[in-house]
Amino acid sequence: MVEHSMLNLVALILLFPILGTAVNGLVGKRLKKETVSYIACGSVGLSFFTATLVFSGLLLLPPHERLFEKQLFSWIESGSFKAAAGLQVDPLSILLTLIITGIGLLIHIYSIGYMHEDKGYHRYFCYLNLFTFSMLLLVLGNNFLLMFIGWEAVGLCSYLLIGFWFEKKSASDAAKKAFIVNRVGDFGFALGIMLIFLTFHTIDYTEVFHAASQGNFPVGSFTITMITLLLFVGATGKSAQIPLYTWLPDAMEGPTPVSALIHAATMVTAGVYMIARCNVLYMLSPLTMTVVASIGAATALFAASIGLVQNDIKRVLAYSTVSQLGYMFLACGVGAFTAGVFHLVTHAFFKALLFLGSGSVIHALSGEMDVRKMGGLRHHIPVTYKTFLIGTVAIAGIPPFAGFFSKDEILLESLTYGNLIYWSVAAVASLFTAFYMFRLLFLTFHGKSRVEHHVMEHLHESPKNMTIPLIVLAGLSSIGGFLGIPGAHVMSTFLSPVFSASGHTKVSGAEISVHHGEGNPYLMMVVSTAIALTGIFIAYQMYIKKPELPKKLAERFRFIYRVLLNKYYVDEIYTALFVNPTRKIAVFFWKCVDIQIIDGSVNGIARSIGWFSSNLRYLQTGYVRNYAFYIVVGCIFIIVLAALGK
Amino acid sequence: MSLPLLSLITFLPIIGVFLILLMDSKDRELIRLTSLLVSTIVFFISLPLYFNFDSHTYDMQFVEKLRWIPSFGINYYIGIDGISLFLILLATFLTPISVLASWHVTKNVKEYMIAMLTLETAMVGVFVSLDAFLFFVFWELMLIPMYLLIGIWGGPRRVYATIKFFLYTTAGSVFMFLAIIGLYFLNYRATDEYTFSLLEFYRLDLSFAVQFWLFIAFFLAFAIKVPMFPFHTWLPDAHVEAPTAGSVILAGVLLKMGTYGFIRFCLPLFPEVSYAFIPVISWMAIVGIIYGALVALVQDDLKKLVAYSSVSHLGFVMLGIFAFNIQGIEGSITQMVNHGLSTGALFLIVGMLYERRHTRMIADFGGLTKRIPVFAIFFMIVTLSSIGLPGLNGFVGEFLILVGTFKSRILYASIATSGIVLAAVYMLWMFQRVMFNEITHEENKMLKDISKRELVILIPIVFLIFWIGIYPNSLLRKMDTSVNHLLMQIGEKANIVSVAQGQKNPNQLKHNSIPKIDIVSESKQEW
Amino acid sequence: MITVTHYIVLSAILFTLGVVGVLIRRNAIVVFMCIELMLNAVNLSFVAFAHYLHSMNGQLFVFFTMTVAAAEAAVGLAIIVAVFRNKETVNIDDINIMKW
Repeated sequence: MVEHSMLNLVALILLFPILGTAVNGLVGKRLKKETVSYIACGSVGLSFFTATLVFSGLLLLPPHERLFEKQLFSWIESGSFKAAAGLQVDPLSILLTLIITGIGLLIHIYSIGYMHEDKGYHRYFCYLNLFTFSMLLLVLGNNFLLMFIGWEAVGLCSYLLIGFWFEKKSASDAAKKAFIVNRVGDFGFALGIMLIFLTFHTIDYTEVFHAASQGNFPVGSFTITMITLLLFVGATGKSAQIPLYTWLPDAMEGPTPVSALIHAATMVTAGVYMIARCNVLYMLSPLTMTVVASIGAATALFAASIGLVQNDIKRVLAYSTVSQLGYMFLACGVGAFTAGVFHLVTHAFFKALLFLGSGSVIHALSGEMDVRKMGGLRHHIPVTYKTFLIGTVAIAGIPPFAGFFSKDEILLESLTYGNLIYWSVAAVASLFTAFYMFRLLFLTFHGKSRVEHHVMEHLHESPKNMTIPLIVLAGLSSIGGFLGIPGAHVMSTFLSPVFSASGHTKVSGAEISVHHGEGNPYLMMVVSTAIALTGIFIAYQMYIKKPELPKKLAERFRFIYRVLLNKYYVDEIYTALFVNPTRKIAVFFWKCVDIQIIDGSVNGIARSIGWFSSNLRYLQTGYVRNYAFYIVVGCIFIIVLAALGK
Repeated sequence: MSLPLLSLITFLPIIGVFLILLMDSKDRELIRLTSLLVSTIVFFISLPLYFNFDSHTYDMQFVEKLRWIPSFGINYYIGIDGISLFLILLATFLTPISVLASWHVTKNVKEYMIAMLTLETAMVGVFVSLDAFLFFVFWELMLIPMYLLIGIWGGPRRVYATIKFFLYTTAGSVFMFLAIIGLYFLNYRATDEYTFSLLEFYRLDLSFAVQFWLFIAFFLAFAIKVPMFPFHTWLPDAHVEAPTAGSVILAGVLLKMGTYGFIRFCLPLFPEVSYAFIPVISWMAIVGIIYGALVALVQDDLKKLVAYSSVSHLGFVMLGIFAFNIQGIEGSITQMVNHGLSTGALFLIVGMLYERRHTRMIADFGGLTKRIPVFAIFFMIVTLSSIGLPGLNGFVGEFLILVGTFKSRILYASIATSGIVLAAVYMLWMFQRVMFNEITHEENKMLKDISKRELVILIPIVFLIFWIGIYPNSLLRKMDTSVNHLLMQIGEKANIVSVAQGQKNPNQLKHNSIPKIDIVSESKQEW
Repeated sequence: MITVTHYIVLSAILFTLGVVGVLIRRNAIVVFMCIELMLNAVNLSFVAFAHYLHSMNGQLFVFFTMTVAAAEAAVGLAIIVAVFRNKETVNIDDINIMKW
């Protein structure tokens, strides 16, 4: 069977990037830069090619049979606990595989130009390949523990790449923060896996979801709610949702292509993937769904509001990512998993594009990231400008670009199956999005140039290997939305096998089931386009027409402005609430409990024995008579004892 | 089995000691080479133990039994099962590495190497002994070379540290000796036969009160050795003062004697009391996990940090053992090996830094990655292994322990899991301060990257770190039968299943699909 | 009739005299003689019991005691002489260097 031989190639998708990692990691230092980049890009390219083969193999199968598992070996087995190293190909995982390898390939190519002059060239590509491998493992694994490995391994790669320029304190701080905050999330994830094992006696996807969809668990079952909530804690860490989002903006310390690949297109969407993967479980717990949707909506608005006033080009994009991830969670939370995954896909296109575009700007300006020192760049770097514009339009939600369809679907679903609050929050966030993105665009490319003189001299358009990925991504951002255009349902039909199991679940009480963008979308399209246009119009007024207006507004609403600029002081609050107390307690434990109490009592015992003996020695007076006296007393004592003993 | 393999492994180092005794103490290179050679040979002849190990039987294997002091029923009785197998391999693996790591020791090389080799005999002896008296002899023998290693070749406060180490351990083992003698007489009363054989002791049927006191005695000895909170304060002192190789052996193998003792003595001998002690010991372990991690967080001395991290890691091991199920105990044994590897490697790495800079203060480093990139890679891998990154060894053990604990007591596992978060915090913070940021000290600009000798030391460890992380079944399969048997033993003897069912799980979830504490092994194999 | 009780009482009196002498006298020679007195008190009781029980064991012990006492006297006197040579005194209150 040709499709099975194609599907069997799935292991190769993983093999190529890890080989690339090994080669570049072990001998990369001695290789020429060109060779390093051929190995790195080649491995991801091969991986992408294999993924398309596997994809077509999957397409050859009838839709309801599109689930292929390949067992590699038994990984951990202890008693009834079994974790296999096995891969699973189904529409959801292959879709993400294509994104990871496809966009990954573009970003690898882009990196050749971007990292050209960096000393850690081979190290960079080694990490990037390792990331690709880990991310693929995350989506292709066929059980929760494998997902967990991928989950932590992408966290590691993120750590290594954020801290790539480790000599900068801010970079190494950000890296550490990212890892630790993610660990907090993983704490929940790990407990979730254990609870799954305890409940289902297996951690294999197929078995767990099969058992869950058999109706053994009533809707709202406490165990399932706990499982889903714990898993969601993991998702909030990895996908930067409230309350664990703080690491993502800091993560912008890494090289820009990394921000594009890891912190926009792939890794941060792992949480969405996980929830979509576990849709069967999530559908069983209305409470969790409410939590997911609420957190998603809150994050969307919260992050967007911070994005309004940031001045660092990458930070604006970072908060935008957090906000867009919020949309995806909102979609999942109202049961519209397809819409969530659809937005994940389009977001991967346009956010990767925007990040790479910003990288191109930064590259052109010799490392400048502050938008206040940009402006009027559109004539100098035209390709970057045009592609960036497409990305901006796409994220703002103007038809017919990619972001429009996916965001529109989420808005629609949140109104239809959620409630008005979700919708209005999402709509406001959407307004903010259009505003801050166009603000960014105008500040960077339009208006008068505020670029410093010496930077201006080096101003140049990026090389071909950087612009071509931009153009490809711009193309995808333009047409990507048609995957999910209402009426055609390419995406939802393709994904339906994954979400059908939960669709059949009889949901009693709660009005939740899986939906595929039905209803009347046309009115919503008009409304959301209007919202986006309003945002753009405001931005245009403020930054093109009346450039002095923003300052005035900032003066007028100084308090709000300061709060937003300082990101609601969340970092400071966390420091005061968690970091400092932990350190204080630790010092207390060490100095007080350990040294004084425990060691004090240990040494105290030694000292008291010493004290006792040193006093006891005075019995030895040196006077023979005293000794004789002791003997007599001893004898009398023994005689008395013997007498009493009788 | 014609070749007395176990005896050979145990006593070959002593033969090495005699060889070294014959040498001129000025001929340092020869002495070093001889001890390296001897310990390497011991490692290689210990490999057949793994490959020829029959994982289908829980009986002791490679058994040797000779009469030693017949009038007291003391025998030279040795053998291994799936529990001790890996600890022996760990000991024989770490000894040549430690010898190689002490190449730069110049003070009294002859005596140093004699101490190292004697130590190896004692360590292996502890793990192979099936006779309680023999066990005790090796247990105490191990103290002497370690005492000397710290006391002679240690740092500035070495005398304080070594006496503390010695007295602490002896204080515990005195009680253990009393308990062993107690068992001896109890066994005589029951069977009319004088013997110290552990396997005979297993058959004893002791009343709860008797079990209680004997358990307390063993508990003191082992808990100090592990070390469990609050008996841990000898450890940071001993580690800080010990020479690198001493730290490696101390963390890598000696601490495992405590946890091994719990599995070998406490659980099968006193199952009922052990069961009753689950809350006490689990809480001590949990406190140890979190307390150790927190204290490690604020250390400014690298070795102290690693020492406190050991307290935290061994808390996990204890928690796993007292989960009383197969995942917990297998996880614990795996974790013992893992801790030996990764903490051993951390001490080696700290030692290498110390050799370069003659300081262990974190504040004296910073930005080293730029100067010593290859070294940094190894440091990173070992750090990640200690953090428990999936794909590396630390994860397998920790996760199995947590799964096991989660099965028996959800609350304990939930609290203990936070230790993993803290581990990331203190290790990464340390790594950042040592390896990242800019170089602030002039001395650090002249550092040399890793040498060939250091590569030879670290590569085998890193290889095992990956191997166990990717294919842990190569360990787990060998211990299955023995661990299952242990659990059966406990279950049968104490009839704890009924006890377990009578007890209400504090975190009983609404769904009844969550199993009761299953103490009985989940074996599929037939006996 | 002199019964064994008389011997025992005498022996006890002599022994007590010896103990008291050892405890309260300061002259080393006197203390020494008091020890001899105690030994002989014991000897007396040995002999008395031996006679009473018709057993030779007690008499045998006396010989041992006498031998030991003789050896002790030799060593003890030698020590006292040595001490006197060094410190010019046999007052045991002045001889207390053997202490902590």
